[in-house]
Amino acid sequence: MPWPIRLGVPVAVAAAFLAVWWFAVIVSETVIFPSPRDVAIGALQLAREGTLWEHIGASLFRVGAGFLLAMAIGIPLGLLMGWKALAHTALNPIVQVMRPISPIAWIPIAILWFGVGDVAPIFLIFLSAVFPTVVQTAAGVHTIEPQYLRAARNFGITRSRLILHVVIPAVLPQIIVGMRVSLGISWLVVVAAEMVTLRSGLGYMIIDARNAGNRYDLVVAGMVIIGLIGLALDLGMRRLEGLKAVRWRYGR
Amino acid sequence: MAARITVTGLAKSYARNGDTMRVVDNIGFTVDEGEFVALVGPSGCGKTTLLHIMAGFTPADSGEVVIDGAPVAGPSANRILISQQGSVFPWLTVRRNLMFGLRDHPDEAARLADHYAGVVGLAGFEQSYPHELSGGMVRRVELARALVVKPEILFMDEPLAALDALTSLQMRFELQRILDKERHTCVLITHDVEEAIHLADRILVLSRRPASIQATFPVELPRPRDLASPEVARLKRQILASLGL
Repeated sequence: MPWPIRLGVPVAVAAAFLAVWWFAVIVSETVIFPSPRDVAIGALQLAREGTLWEHIGASLFRVGAGFLLAMAIGIPLGLLMGWKALAHTALNPIVQVMRPISPIAWIPIAILWFGVGDVAPIFLIFLSAVFPTVVQTAAGVHTIEPQYLRAARNFGITRSRLILHVVIPAVLPQIIVGMRVSLGISWLVVVAAEMVTLRSGLGYMIIDARNAGNRYDLVVAGMVIIGLIGLALDLGMRRLEGLKAVRWRYGR
Repeated sequence: MAARITVTGLAKSYARNGDTMRVVDNIGFTVDEGEFVALVGPSGCGKTTLLHIMAGFTPADSGEVVIDGAPVAGPSANRILISQQGSVFPWLTVRRNLMFGLRDHPDEAARLADHYAGVVGLAGFEQSYPHELSGGMVRRVELARALVVKPEILFMDEPLAALDALTSLQMRFELQRILDKERHTCVLITHDVEEAIHLADRILVLSRRPASIQATFPVELPRPRDLASPEVARLKRQILASLGL
């Protein structure tokens, strides 16, 4: 596709979307729902006050902590389940039952166990990130082409070198896909968790804007900011997929 | 000449859908020191299973493979299998692939790796990843990775089957040139009769599944072989006839 179309078409569609939104606000004469202009002004106001950065920082900290914890536990667990049939037989039923439970359903228990501090949302993010990671990693180990393992055995390498230099690099592309999915879910969950448990973070900021006088301009501004940060996180993870040592798996 | 590999009474069955399917049936042959033996047979006849048993990856149900006087119990770096699907590690550069089986000091291993990259005509591609290379070049990496550990035996499972006809032919000449210098003992599995005549000292024709040896053809033609010669054509006709074609 030539670049004027690749750039022009999405910009035109986005502009049309904003125009329809703006037009609808004017025609309906709503007093609560903000126009795109109100949202832009609201966002600038938040940025200038400085509280926006604190909320962003708080949300990112919780996502970072929960996500890294999930990786530290989920990747080794996934490797173990993929490599050892007994571990898979033992743990897979639990993982498969826990996996479809929405992290939101865990909120009451998280509050019961950890109160309303930072630990509860970190726990929720851990839960939302750990299962996709385990499942992706284990599936990755199961789909290692047998000829790679045969070649490694042929050269007579030790078990630790086999895991470190063959199994992990072979699975790394799928681990990275799992990380991307997990980080996306984590970002969804942190906002939800902050709406009920906390007094900081982007989720709290949105609920607070509504409770403190129906400031829907700030609500929508918060949503837009959440979307942009989520996009940035995803783009960051996508860069990992461009590394030469993993690109073989994603097609040329 | 002493027999380097002795295969006796080899048999193997697999369970499939409740039935047992025999894939290798009472195979016996020997391979001499430095000899190049080709096994030719129809697709799916059990050739790969036979080679995996010989290389020590799959245990046989009965019979045994004896190499240098000792029964084969598992794979060894002294006998490298070059697989049909290709097993060059895609997450490593050409140089790292070649260094994979080496125990030497890293500098020495890198030097050896680069030397063998040169031997197979990949000088200048040491830092490339396999997905940046053509199919023929990846097969060269696989060959070089096998040669660099200086194995005494090479087991080759249709190493050129995935290549286009021209690249395959070119690789055959290369293989011939390299093996002339290194004098490995080789067992090649192929369904390409011409490839077998081109490379082998002796050709064993396998039957349909379960694989058993149904004919043996010594190839007593001087190297390099002229594939257009009447002797080659006659041998090819005989082998194809024994395959039922």
